[in-house]
Amino acid sequence: MGFPDRIERSISVAHPPAKVWEAITTAEGLGTWFGHKATVDLRVGGLAQLTFEGGHSADLRIERLEPPHVFGYTWGISGLPADDPRRTYVEFTLEPVAEGTRLTVVESGFAQLPDDLYAGAFGGNVEGWQSELGELVEYLDARA
Amino acid sequence: MPARDPEAVAEEVFAALADPSRRSILAALASRGPATATDLAASLPITRQAIAKHLGLLTEAGLVIAEPGERRRVRYRLQSAPIQVAQQFLAALARDWDSSLDALRRHLSS
Repeated sequence: MGFPDRIERSISVAHPPAKVWEAITTAEGLGTWFGHKATVDLRVGGLAQLTFEGGHSADLRIERLEPPHVFGYTWGISGLPADDPRRTYVEFTLEPVAEGTRLTVVESGFAQLPDDLYAGAFGGNVEGWQSELGELVEYLDARA
Repeated sequence: MPARDPEAVAEEVFAALADPSRRSILAALASRGPATATDLAASLPITRQAIAKHLGLLTEAGLVIAEPGERRRVRYRLQSAPIQVAQQFLAALARDWDSSLDALRRHLSS
């Protein structure tokens, strides 16, 4: 077996890189083929939000922007809390070829370990919750 | 504890979840919070001996942790960290770039 850390796919499309670039970096494009709706602040460090059919959404942080060749962003791992530091990195690479564009997408980082797995016996959570619940009790007592 | 390989962590989670008794123990701890082996035996159709055996295995796998306490009154608590590692594995399987890229291709041709 093997923990799938990295996913890679390539497709060829009969369209020039500029057209593919627009489809993968604009709100109009992303909100049509990828999500149901999108907002995009297209700059390195900018955020894009994709809303999917059914209402769930994904927050993308743009990390690489080299039009019309490389578009990279990080986003959260499905099923983990939204503020979890573990995020995967997605990179689209566009390469002009005779018939149009070769588009490659690589998503990596699925196999990264959370910090608390190193913390010993998974014990961090127990103390964390106990002290958080303790703080809640103190907070409520102080207001009573 | 030495750094663990995510694959080994995920494998223990999937092995633990493959057994229906262990699934019901984990489900009980997730929905009702920490419990003793006696509490679990009272609420599940599993003998106390079998529960003790499963709790030993689940503790070994890092999926539950025994809270400090005197024997027989020890409460077991669910640990989410290994489950979140298994979830990363599932997230990779569920990503489905093939469907997304098919949709992109259709969008470009429209």
